[in-house]
Amino acid sequence: MSDSASKQRPQYRNISVPQILRYHLPLAGKSSILHRVSGALLFLALPLVILPLFALSVTSAESYASIQGWLANPLCKLVVLVLIWGFLHHFCAGIRYLILDLHIGNDKVTAQKSAGLVFGVSLALTVIFGLKLFGAW
Amino acid sequence: MATQERLGTKRLVVGAHYGTLDFIVQRCTAVIMAVYTLVLFFGFVFSSGMSFEVWQNLFTFHLGALPVGQLLATLAFLSLAWHAWVGVRDIWMDYVHADGLRLLLQVLTLLWLVGTVVYFAKILWSL
Repeated sequence: MSDSASKQRPQYRNISVPQILRYHLPLAGKSSILHRVSGALLFLALPLVILPLFALSVTSAESYASIQGWLANPLCKLVVLVLIWGFLHHFCAGIRYLILDLHIGNDKVTAQKSAGLVFGVSLALTVIFGLKLFGAW
Repeated sequence: MATQERLGTKRLVVGAHYGTLDFIVQRCTAVIMAVYTLVLFFGFVFSSGMSFEVWQNLFTFHLGALPVGQLLATLAFLSLAWHAWVGVRDIWMDYVHADGLRLLLQVLTLLWLVGTVVYFAKILWSL
């Protein structure tokens, strides 16, 4: 018997909250649960934050410019940054799922790599938009 | 007789949809939203100036008498609402097992989404 098979591993059945904190999900699993979390976040933020901002952005040149003033508050910046991350993660992970549904990259190695790619791309884009948001240029 | 109606040893086959429509809708709406997002993004970023006028025009442009910008945005937003319904319903079905509470949450989800669609339509079609 190989080492990995004989090693005593913790078993998780009907996983509870304290166990979740010690449970190490593979990268694809992390991408999956964050896909759900980001989706729920966008669902809740849509009428509360996103649509009011959309209304300001399209209604008039004055309201468009007023977004700058609203974003002067660091807390508002943080909220927008979290939503940017949520959108980008949901977008990238979603495209991965669409490709997996076409039976492309379903093997273990490729699937882990593509999950890594989802984090790489979504986090890099979040940093870029974040720097723009916080006025790096 | 009963065994003939079973698939495998346990599953009794009855006339339900087994979520096929939801599965397909979730993916089709995802593609619609992804394409529309890229159209908006590149339409704005590769415009001259990234100004308010360019941004508003993406939602208000007409082809002849047709309000194409508003129609595309409406179709994309309806896709979003249907997509969110499938996804949020999945969350309730996975984690909430008390029937009454699950029904309540699903009804609240639908109210939330329909309200969101009407809110968006009001913003968009007042332009």
